[in-house]
This record gives sequence, structure tokens and C-alpha cells, in this order.
Amino acid sequence: MSVLELDAVVGGYGDTQILHGVSMKVDPGEIVVIIGPNGAGKSTAMKAVFGLLNLSGGKVSLDGEDITNMPPEQVVRHGVCYVPQTSNIFPSLTVEENLEMGAFVREDDFQPRLLELYEVFPPLAEKRKQTAGTLSGGQRQMVAMAKAMMLEPKILLLDEPTAGLSPKYRGEIFSIVKTVNATGTPILMVEQNAKQALKIANRGYVLVDGKNKFEGSGQNLLDDPEVAEMFLGGGAAA
Amino acid sequence: MIEFLNFYLIPGLVLGSIYALGAIGITLTFSILRFANFAHGETMLLGVYITWSLVQFSGLHPLIVLPVAAMLTVLAVLFIDRAFYKPFRASPTIMVVIASFGMMLMIRSVVQFIWGVQLKGMTQGIQRPMVFFDSLRISPKHVMIISATIVLMLAVHYLLSRTKIGKAMRAMSDSPELAKLTGIDTEKVVRMTWIVGGALATAAGVFLAIDTHIDTNMGFKMLLPMFAAAILGGIGRPFGAVAGGLIIGVVEEISSYPWIGTEPLLNPGYKAGVAFAIMIAMLLWRPSGLFKGKVF
Repeated sequence: MSVLELDAVVGGYGDTQILHGVSMKVDPGEIVVIIGPNGAGKSTAMKAVFGLLNLSGGKVSLDGEDITNMPPEQVVRHGVCYVPQTSNIFPSLTVEENLEMGAFVREDDFQPRLLELYEVFPPLAEKRKQTAGTLSGGQRQMVAMAKAMMLEPKILLLDEPTAGLSPKYRGEIFSIVKTVNATGTPILMVEQNAKQALKIANRGYVLVDGKNKFEGSGQNLLDDPEVAEMFLGGGAAA
Repeated sequence: MIEFLNFYLIPGLVLGSIYALGAIGITLTFSILRFANFAHGETMLLGVYITWSLVQFSGLHPLIVLPVAAMLTVLAVLFIDRAFYKPFRASPTIMVVIASFGMMLMIRSVVQFIWGVQLKGMTQGIQRPMVFFDSLRISPKHVMIISATIVLMLAVHYLLSRTKIGKAMRAMSDSPELAKLTGIDTEKVVRMTWIVGGALATAAGVFLAIDTHIDTNMGFKMLLPMFAAAILGGIGRPFGAVAGGLIIGVVEEISSYPWIGTEPLLNPGYKAGVAFAIMIAMLLWRPSGLFKGKVF
């Protein structure tokens, strides 16, 4: 059974419809990437999972359970963690306090989890007492991801984790995404840097105008001449 | 010099402590609930009158009944939040601000209706000042106000930096949206904000009543200097609000010291204007305040 499944999802903000029937799924252990041009509804599709917009049609299910239009604070408790593209950390809190907040809904002792994550993100262990707002862009992304991982989610949603980062950090973030995934957490990710993202992805979806356009394994999409032409900047390195 | 300490600096610190306690509530409500709470001065007023009644009833010292009075005031504030502010949680800020303005008038009217409008005193009799080094004279009530303020501030510091709910308050003050996405129980944080703000407002009001007297306009008179203190310190920065309160209290008092010649530098009648001069200068020069708060 898929961890997460979107079935012909229709919705948007207010009267503006953005998604016109998007379907996708994430299977256990997978990294799935959503790519597509600006305004295609990539981030919106992700927000649809998290209850951040009203769906007028279709269905979202988590481990087979219907979570369509469930409010975000409930979705979190069901084991979905979402890292928004911007303002995804609490800048005036320390790194460790950020992670503690990530564990807010946990009733049990989260210390062991904290130590585990410091091993996945060594720079954070070093800076745990530092105010998160003073970190570099790449390290903030790490805080945001580690904070989301505190709940040991069933699935992690990442909205453009490399947006605005230098190429050096981009590579670092992608390798962290792989590391996090290797600990067993499936990941659904929206990415602007499509080529690099597809390289680490098991599968990818191309959205255009709020609808599925292509889908396939990461490698297939990379090799597809039409996809390459339209979304990967021709043959040039992204 | 000693006259400066006795009659200007120490009263300034006392007034500043009172502003500081009130401003913490304002800055927390502003940053966590995202609105300027005009009824905060009236929370103070309500706390003062509840304390007064308890003192009359029990014959105990105001400081002893203060915790009970603070609890009753907090209950009233939580009720007000539930009945009057919660329905506006998703509405534009301006609607809640205006609601709080209405609340301010309502609370004051209720207090005037129940307790009347004549002046009252919190404590009776005149206290002899304590004399240090033969000339430094501090009244015991001033010692009490300043030390109680220090204790309360340490408690607030402990809450915000050591407890889960306190950290969640700071998190929500950073970003209410992210707090929700993170699964933080935002309604619980909101309640805690009212509890802290309401309790500190009661303390501030009672200290002011002990230092001066009780009248039904005291809350309103405190409101604007408390806002000035919150803005000076930076919105969302409780310790900025403390610094802002102390600065405004001290500057208000020492502005009438005869710095040049023998006349007061500024007629004491203009004291209230000093807080605004500082606030406006701050907004022009550095809108985020001394401690880099939020700019809305």
C-alpha cells in the first residue's frame, strides 16, 4: 500500500482553482519529486496534502486512511511533517529549541531522537545552543528538516529545500535528503533544480497547469527528450 | 546628587518597573496574538479593584492577596478572550484591535459601576523612608515594588527559556503559521499568553496603587507609556519591554530634574509627553526597537 496517495485532487485558494485533478503516490522508502514550470501547482499539490487549502474534489489518503481536508494540526498528529519553502524555522529560538518544538506533539521522551538527528546533521550538534536565525541558509534548511524529523514522521514533505541556496549547499541538501530517506522515511519533494532532484529520486511527476503531464522513474524522466526540452533546460547543466 | 537619587532616579525606577511589568503583556499579546491590545490598561484596573476588595474583605496586605487577585483577573481575561477575541482569530488584525478598544471601555464601565468613581487608597498611613548612608532615603514600598518586580521578571525568564510552553510562546511569536504547521497547540499558547499578561498586569496595577492611589482612569493613563515601552524594546521581546519600561520610567522622572540652573528642565506636567517623544523617535530611527523586534 502506498504511504501517501492523491487521487484526482481538485482545489485552490478561494475561488481560484489551481489543481485540476492531480494524482500521485508515494510508496514506502521512496523519494518522489514534483517538477514543472512556475505556477503549475507543485507547491499547491503539496499543501493539499497538508490541509492548507480546500479541496473541492478528489481524495488524499495516508496509509489508506482518508485525510482529505484534514486541518494541518491534525495532519501532523497523523505523522505527516511539512517543511515550507520559506520561514521554516523559528529564528529567535536556538537550534535545539527548534528541534524541541518539532517534537511538541510527542508525549514521550524525545532526547534519544534528538541525539539520533544530531548524528544525521553533525553541524547542528555543534551549533545547538546558537540562535537559529544566525545560521547560514544551508544550515537553516538542516534545522527545518531536523525539526520536522523529530516526530519520526510517516512521510516528509519538502517544499523546494534548495531554493535560494548556493550550488555548494544545494548538493549538501540533496545528500541530506538521501541520508534522511535512508533512515526509512519516504519523502515527497517539490524542486526547482529538477535535474539534481531527479537524480536522487525514485520517481518523479511533472505537473503543468495543475494537471499531471508526465510521470516515471527519476532516470526515465531525465532521459525523456520532451521532459528535458521543456523542464530541464535542454541539455545544459541545471 | 543625593537629591537626584532620592527624588528622581529611584521614583523613576519604580515607575519604570510598573511600566515594564505591564509592557511584557502588551508585547506578548502583540507578537503572539498579533494585535495591539488596548484593553491591557483595563486588565490592570480590574486587577487593582479586585485586589482592593480582597484587602478590604480580609484585612491582609495587598501583596499577600495579590496571587489570588491575579488568578481572578486571569479568569476574567480568559473569559474575555473566549467570548470576544476568539471569534476574531482568523479576521484581519484591525477588527480585533477595535474589539479590544471596545473591551477597554466595557471593562472600565463595569469597574466604575461596581466600585464607583471616587479615589481610593490601597494602603493606609504614611511610611517612614528607610535611610541608608545617612542620606539615601528609600521608602519601604519602593524597595518592595522593585524587588517584587525583579522576582516576577526572573519567573518570566524561567518560563520563557526553560519550559515547553514558554518556548512554544516564543516560537509562536516568531511565526504563528509555522507554529501551527509544527503541531504546536496554538490555543494553549494563547491561553498561557493571557495568563502571563493578566497576572503581570495585576501586579503592575497593584504596585502603582500602592505607590500612588486608585482611580478608574489609572489603567488608561498607563496604557500609552506601556505601549511606548513595548515599542522601544522591540515588539515580541519581553526583556526589551522591561528595558523599555525602565528607560521610559526613568527618563520621565529625570526630565524634570533641574539639569540646567535651578528650574526643572521640563515642567513635570509634560512628563507624559516624554514617553511619546521617545516612542516616536524610536519609530523613526529604528522601528524594530532596541532588541530587534517585529515590524508590522
